[in-house]
Amino acid sequence: MQSKDILIIGGGPAGLAAAVAAYEAGARDILILEREGSLGGILKQCIHNGFGLHTFKEELTGPEYAQRYVDKVAEYKIAYQRDTMVIDVTPDKVVTCVSKENGLEQFQAKALILAMGCRERPRGSIGTPGWRCAGVYTAGTAQKFVNLEGLMPGKKCLILGSGDIGLIMARRMTFMGAEVVGCVELMPYSAGLKRNIVQCLNDYDIPLYLSHTVTDIAGKERLEGVTIAEVDEKLKPIEGTEKYFECDTLLLSVGLIPENELTNMAGIEMFPFTSGAVVDENLQTSADGVFACGNVLHVHDLVDFVSQESAKAGKHAWEYVQGELSRSEKKVSVEMGKGVNAIVPQHVNAELSEPLTIMFRPRDVYKDAVIKVKAGETELLSKKKRVMAPAEMESLLITPEKLAACGDIDKITVSVEV
Amino acid sequence: MLDVVIIGGGVVGCATAREISRYDLKTVLLEKTADICNGQSKANTAIIHGGYDAKPGTLKAKYNMLGNVMFDKICTELDVPYEWNTSLVVSLHPEDDEMIETLLEQGKTNGCPGVRIIEHDELLQLEPNLNPNVCKALLVPTGGIVCPYELTQAFAENAASNGVEFVRNAKVTNVEKIEGGWRVTSSAGVYEAKAVVNCAGLYSDEINNMVSERKLEIQPRRGEYYIVDKKYKDYFHATIFPCPSKMGKGILVARTIDGTVLLGPTAEDIDDKADTRTTAFGQAKALDGAHKYWEKIPTRDFITNFSGLRAHCVTTNDFVIGEPDDAPMFFNAAGIESPGLTSSPAIAEHLATEIASKLDARENASFNPIRKGIPKFREMTKEERAEAIKANPDFAKIVCRCETVTEAEIREAIRRPVGARTVDGIKRRTRAGMGRCQAGFCTPRVVEILCEELGLDPTEVTKFGGDSRLIEGHLFKEAE
Amino acid sequence: MIKKELTCIGCPMGCQLTATLEDDGSFISVEGFTCPIGEKYGKEECTNPTRMVTALAHAVGSKTPLSVKTSKPIDKAKIFDCLAEIAKVDVKTPVHIGDVIISGVCGTDVNIIATKELN
Repeated sequence: MQSKDILIIGGGPAGLAAAVAAYEAGARDILILEREGSLGGILKQCIHNGFGLHTFKEELTGPEYAQRYVDKVAEYKIAYQRDTMVIDVTPDKVVTCVSKENGLEQFQAKALILAMGCRERPRGSIGTPGWRCAGVYTAGTAQKFVNLEGLMPGKKCLILGSGDIGLIMARRMTFMGAEVVGCVELMPYSAGLKRNIVQCLNDYDIPLYLSHTVTDIAGKERLEGVTIAEVDEKLKPIEGTEKYFECDTLLLSVGLIPENELTNMAGIEMFPFTSGAVVDENLQTSADGVFACGNVLHVHDLVDFVSQESAKAGKHAWEYVQGELSRSEKKVSVEMGKGVNAIVPQHVNAELSEPLTIMFRPRDVYKDAVIKVKAGETELLSKKKRVMAPAEMESLLITPEKLAACGDIDKITVSVEV
Repeated sequence: MLDVVIIGGGVVGCATAREISRYDLKTVLLEKTADICNGQSKANTAIIHGGYDAKPGTLKAKYNMLGNVMFDKICTELDVPYEWNTSLVVSLHPEDDEMIETLLEQGKTNGCPGVRIIEHDELLQLEPNLNPNVCKALLVPTGGIVCPYELTQAFAENAASNGVEFVRNAKVTNVEKIEGGWRVTSSAGVYEAKAVVNCAGLYSDEINNMVSERKLEIQPRRGEYYIVDKKYKDYFHATIFPCPSKMGKGILVARTIDGTVLLGPTAEDIDDKADTRTTAFGQAKALDGAHKYWEKIPTRDFITNFSGLRAHCVTTNDFVIGEPDDAPMFFNAAGIESPGLTSSPAIAEHLATEIASKLDARENASFNPIRKGIPKFREMTKEERAEAIKANPDFAKIVCRCETVTEAEIREAIRRPVGARTVDGIKRRTRAGMGRCQAGFCTPRVVEILCEELGLDPTEVTKFGGDSRLIEGHLFKEAE
Repeated sequence: MIKKELTCIGCPMGCQLTATLEDDGSFISVEGFTCPIGEKYGKEECTNPTRMVTALAHAVGSKTPLSVKTSKPIDKAKIFDCLAEIAKVDVKTPVHIGDVIISGVCGTDVNIIATKELN
C-alpha cells in the first residue's frame, strides 16, 4: 500500500482547486484520482461562457476555466492518475481504486479530500408517467453527447425543469439546428439564473411554462410527444389544462444530487438537507482527516464558489497532515431557522481560526427580507436582501471575534425574516 | 425441415429451448422483439412462489409446485442468483384472518411444505420494519426471489450453447399446417418444423388461434411498480404479500435479489397488449397499497417506476399447456401469468419431454447443463478483483458507477451467445443503468461500446430495438 | 412609438423593464428599473444588444468537436450568421486555447477563437 499526504478523489473543479491550494500551502505529496480520461470534470462539456468572473475577473468557458487549473497542476507537477475509479474508501482513509494501467491499487492517505461532484436526477426519481421510450435524457447526458461527441440526441425537444443546465441546453440545441418547443418548470419561479432565462430562452422565443409539469410521455419506441399541465398550489396537475407538444426529445433538468456513494461507504455522517456530508468550518467531515468540497458537499450555482470552497479544503487538509488543525472539544451547531435550507457547515469549532463562511439556500422566494444570524439573543449578523431565491445560494461571513464575544454558546441559528 | 420452432423468447420460451436442447432436435426460437426477455419476463415481481395461492387442481397450482422445487438445481447449474427469503401473506384486519386460514389450507392441499400461521408478535420479530398495525401472517418457507432477466438469459445462453438457434426481430405473422408439420412465417423468414411451441406470452392467444378452433383470449392486465433504492435492501427480509383478491396477489413489498425493493403491482385490465405506460393513477395506487405494510416509504429514494403486463387467459382463467385436440404437434404454453416465472422450468420440462417422445428423439449426447454467468465485479473480493483485472484490464474500467459494472462485463454481455444488441439488453445482462442515476452517467459509454463491438454507427444504436434510436444524427457530416 | 418588455439580468430581482423606442427603433427611455444597473442594462439592450456566442466547430480527424467562442460579444442579430460561418470551417489539429479559428466573423471585428486544447 502506498502512502500519500493528500489524496484527492475527483479531478473536476473541486479536486483541482483543492490540489492547487494544498500545494500552495506547502504540500508536495499530493495525488488526484480522476475517473475520466482527462482532468476538468463536468467543465469539459460546459462549453458556454460565464465561468470565472469571481476567480479570474473575466468570463471564461468551462474548458478554459478548467485549463487554468490544469495548467497550475502541470506547473506544480502535482501527480494525478486518469481513468482511475475509486471503488472503496474506509474511515481511516484507505482508498482502493482500479485502472487499466495500474490494476487494483490501495493508498493510505494522511488526509483525504472528497471531490466527486454531483449527478443529475433522472426521470425515475420524479416519477414522470407515460411510455418508457428512447429520447428522454438528462440535460447533462445530452450535453455530453453534443459537446463532447458531436452527436445530436434529437431534432425537436422540450425541456422539463428550468435548472441552469436545462436552460443552457435549450440554447445549445437551438444553436445546433434543433427546435426547442418550451421549458416547463414545476415551481412558480425558475430554478435557473435570471441571466440564463433571458439569454437562453427569451433570446430565442422559447416559452417558459412556470407552475407546469409533464403529465404524459407519448411514443412506443422513440418519443413522439409530451403532454404538460398546469399545477395547483400542492404541485398537482390541474385537469383540463393539458397541452400537447409534438417532439422527439425530452431533456430533464430537475435537480442535482451530490454523488456520495464513497462517502457513505466510509460511514461518514450525512446531512439530509444537502445530501452531502456533515462538515465543520474547515470542511472536515465526521471522519478525522477526511474533507469534502464542491458539489459532492452541496450543489453550488457557480464554479467560482466551488473553487473557493475547495481551495479552503485543500489548505486545511495540509494543516491536518502537519498536525496544525485541531478540533475543539466543543462544537457549536449551526441551525437552520425559518426560511433557511441546505446550510453548510452544520457545526463549527468553538474557537475559530479564520472568518466563518456560512452558506445556505432560501426555502422560497423572499423580497425585502433580512438574514439574521443569532447566538441565543445575541445578534451576530443582520443582512438586508432585496430578493432571495432558492436558485441562488446565500453566503455569510462571521468573524472569529464576533463569535468569541458571544461567550459559551451551543448553537447559532440562521433565519430569514420577512 | 426443423424439428421444433419455439415462438417467444420470454422465460417460458427460453426454458423450453433449454429443455429441448437435451435432445437431438433441430430447434429454432423466434422472438418478436430485438431481444429475449423483453416482455412479461422482464417486468414482474421476480418471485419464486411457494404455491399456496393457486386454486388446488389448477395447472397454476401443479406447475407452481413442480417448478418451485427445481430452482435449487437450475440456479446452481445456470449460475443464476436466487434466495429462499420466505414469503409472508399479511393480514391487516381481523376479518382477513379467515382468508389467511383459507390460504393455509390451500397451501397444505397444494403441498407447500412448512406453511404456518404466525401471530402479530412473531411477525414483527421477523420483520421489525413492518407497519405495526398488521395482524397476523401466513409464513411460506418455500417462497423465494430470483433475478428474472438472468434466469431467462441463462436458459437462452445454455440452450444456444447446446445447439438451439435464436432469431430475434422475428415476429410471427402466420402458422399453418403443412405435410408433416407446420410452416411458421415470420418477419425474419419462413421456418418449417415438425413441432411448434407457443410461448408467445401476451400474444399466445393470437398464435393459438392461427391453428386451433379452441380459441383463446388473453386479457392484458397491467401492473405498475415503484423501485426503491438498494439502500433499503435489508429493510425487509421476506417478500410481503397482502391478502389476495380476484385480480391477483395484490400490491407487494418485494425485495429483489439485486437489493432494490419493488412496490407493486397494481392490476388494471387494458386493451393494448403493448401498453406498458406508467400512469399517475397507477403509481398512486402502488404507493397506497405498499403503504399499508411499509409505514414511512422513503419516496425520496425511489429510483424509477415501471409497468408490466400479465397475460391473463380469460377463456380458462388458468395456464393453457399442451396440444389442443385439433392441432397435434402444436404445443401451447399460453396464458402464462403469475406464477409463470416459478412454473417455467416445470412447464418447459413437461413440453420438452412430450415433444421428444412424440418425435422419438434421442438424447443430445453433448448436452452440457452448466452455464456460467458474466463475472460480476461488484461481487468480487479485493483479491478476485485484482486477479480479474490482471487477466482482463477491461475489468478496471467502471462504466456504470451506481451498480459498479465494468467494461469487461459489458463487452462480455455483447459477445455471449444470444448476446446484447441494445442498451436495454446490456442493462438486463449487467445491471449497467439500473442504479439510482438510471443510466445518465453510463449511456454515452454503453452506446460507444455497442458501436465498437457490433460495428454500428451511434445513430443505429437503439434502446430496445425498432425505432427506439438514441441518437438522431451527427453534428458534422464527415463523422457519418 | 414602440414599447419593449425586458427582464433585467443584473440580479435575482429580475425587474421587468419597459423601454420606449421611436418607430425607427432609436431609444427614448426605460422604466421599471430599481437600481442603476437596471437602467444601464435596459438602455444597452435597446441600443446595442450583444451576446457572447459559444459554439462547436468541426475538427478534422477528431471524434470530439472543437469548442469555440467569440473573442468579444457580437451583435445579437448576427448570432445565427456567426453560427453558420462556424459550421462551415474544418479546423486542423492540434489546436490550442485562444487560437483564432475565424478572424473577423460575419464582417465584424470579432474573431472566433478555440476554447479547448485538442491534440
